[in-house]
Amino acid sequence: MQECVIDFFGFVGLLSVSFVDLLRLALIAMVPITLTSIGEVFTEKSGIVNIGLEGILLMSAFIALWAGEVSSSPWIGLLAGLGTGALIGLLHGIISITLKGDQVISGIGINLFALGFVAFGIMAVWHTAGYHQAPAAARIPALHTPLGEISPLIPATLLIAVLTWYLLNKTVLGLRVKAVGENPEATDVAGISVERTRFFATIYGASLAGLAGAYLSIDWLSTITKELSAGRGFIALANVVFSGLNPLLALLGGFLFGIFDTLALWLDTVHELKPCLPFGFHNFVKMLPYLATLIVVAVAIGHARFPKHSGQPYRRE
Amino acid sequence: MKTQIANKLKIVSTKLKPILAKSKSVIIAIFIKIKPLVEALFAALLGFAIGAVLMLLWKFDPIKAYSALFQGAIGNFDAIARAVGCLFQEGIEACKASGVIYGIYDIALTLTNATPLILTGLAFAIGIRAGLFNIGAEGQVYMGAMAAVAASLFSLPPGLHVFVSILFAMIAGALWSLPVGLLKATRGVHEVISTIMLNWVARFLVYFLVATALVDPVRAEKSIGVAPTARLLPFPTTDLTLALVISILFALIVYWILWHTTLGYEIRSVGLNPDASRYGGIKPTRTMVSSFVLGGFAAGLAGACQVLGRPPTYALYQDLSNVMSLGFDGIAVALIGRNHPIGIIGAAIFMGGLSAGSNNMQINAQVPLEMTRVVQGAIILALAVPEILKIFPALLGAVVKLFSLLRQFFQRIRMRRIKRTTS
Repeated sequence: MQECVIDFFGFVGLLSVSFVDLLRLALIAMVPITLTSIGEVFTEKSGIVNIGLEGILLMSAFIALWAGEVSSSPWIGLLAGLGTGALIGLLHGIISITLKGDQVISGIGINLFALGFVAFGIMAVWHTAGYHQAPAAARIPALHTPLGEISPLIPATLLIAVLTWYLLNKTVLGLRVKAVGENPEATDVAGISVERTRFFATIYGASLAGLAGAYLSIDWLSTITKELSAGRGFIALANVVFSGLNPLLALLGGFLFGIFDTLALWLDTVHELKPCLPFGFHNFVKMLPYLATLIVVAVAIGHARFPKHSGQPYRRE
Repeated sequence: MKTQIANKLKIVSTKLKPILAKSKSVIIAIFIKIKPLVEALFAALLGFAIGAVLMLLWKFDPIKAYSALFQGAIGNFDAIARAVGCLFQEGIEACKASGVIYGIYDIALTLTNATPLILTGLAFAIGIRAGLFNIGAEGQVYMGAMAAVAASLFSLPPGLHVFVSILFAMIAGALWSLPVGLLKATRGVHEVISTIMLNWVARFLVYFLVATALVDPVRAEKSIGVAPTARLLPFPTTDLTLALVISILFALIVYWILWHTTLGYEIRSVGLNPDASRYGGIKPTRTMVSSFVLGGFAAGLAGACQVLGRPPTYALYQDLSNVMSLGFDGIAVALIGRNHPIGIIGAAIFMGGLSAGSNNMQINAQVPLEMTRVVQGAIILALAVPEILKIFPALLGAVVKLFSLLRQFFQRIRMRRIKRTTS
């Protein structure tokens, strides 16, 4: 057993040495969570809850890689991922808006279906058990920037966050989406189609999740596995709550989740730190964002910021 | 003569009318009773059909796959009958020696898989009955399993040790769902949100505990084994233990609580209409908290069953793989079982059979075993639609409309032709 020789300042020193690296990794890890949660923020504003995000991520990751490989073009793959997300959003919409089904149950069904479909699909398409590497031709090329090579989806995420915020708060469409979530009856009386608005919001949110799925399989991780999404869809749901349905705060929240994730990994890899921390300490670092969200929700936010008609189908009387 | 007969017929028909009307209402009443079952069966059929379509698309043979699935889940009826007959006539030892007893292996595996699913299904269903989406069974199962293993740190006499372990697990499960209820009752935090967070916290907490305080000093990938005094011993040649009896008993207790006690009445009443219940003198917040605690008991017990009564492991793996996704599968079980304890027992056996048979399907039909998840997902999606059976009248209506449109179209053509010939 090695003695612990690092005090607090030593720890800060170690941290600052790899600070830029950590920041870059956090940015990379942030993208899927943030994109998914921004989309879900938009969807939830309209009163539709979609907990099938995990399934959308997995499914679109699979389809994006498949399409990208067949066409050997990452952009077609990216579009395919987006389209898969939109299609699943459409399905969720048909069940929960047109047929007035239960949104939570529909989301659970999507998650289960995707879990099976992707594992089955990997086997059926590539004849390997649960793992396939993306060929170089299907990978999204990196951007050359002063920070080093980064994925084009990182600036795109920042852009989408601002755009969604603008859409939601500064346009007529955004006003309609919010109105539909708060008071569908009044919106209907005002001559705005509740169903069409909710469909738009659901498909928009699911498409962003589809984009995030494509990022996982043909950009960041460059593989498809049975558990590629690794709970990121649920983390995104946590982040949506954390953000209090504000796309810009969702960006910040996604970054925080990314930082904690990379920090937990980093703590495990730094050799000098090992004797200083209790064994298994990284588990507590990973736990932190969830605990923080729970506390934030319980103490500060409560339920006040959610749309009044969240999760309820609208029936015209 | 004719008028006489007509008169008699009239009399008979007037007499028959009320009887017919009565029987019609009886038929409707019966249909309402069995409607959940019909819906679940229809959804299952739809799920298998969607699975078959997917298999056809990728050139697998669905008939071969499903027969292999069925084989793996139930086995051979003849062999089962012979094994059961042998057990009654010759006793366990003789059947073991002749190998006849292996006929029940497949169906025993199905029941073993079903055991924890009954309990996690109940955890979700109790929530639904109170109008709550308790998707926290997953985390509560981890906590329950961990507590049941932790109980083996003490040494106690055989019977008592099992009891204490189960008690530990149930309390741990309830402790992990109590905050959900309290947050809902006092702060209005939606239970879906708090349960998702607590699932993750439980996961990392149990990862930590299994790797540190409860680690097996010899094999680091496992927790310490459950003490022999705390194990539920298996039925010879199978993995089936007393855990199945415990979970079915628990289902019956939940049924009794829900339909024969005040608490159950309050839970169902709050689930149907919290405002009306408050007006009737029920405290909805207190009822919600108690339904969460009850669900936590069920989920914790599921964790206990999985570590105390699932040979040959009798421990928790460090990656929690032997308790993973039981809580989420329980949601599917509750939905298919239409949130009724008896239905849940059936649905759990169905789901247990799917996972027991999926291995056989992969080996003998080369269809990836995850195919069963596709079927499950499709079933859940179908059950998310309220009144799924109304799809038939709707389809019929659509067909009738199509026909009438076609008829109009042809009529118009004919009219035009007639006009042309006359002019």
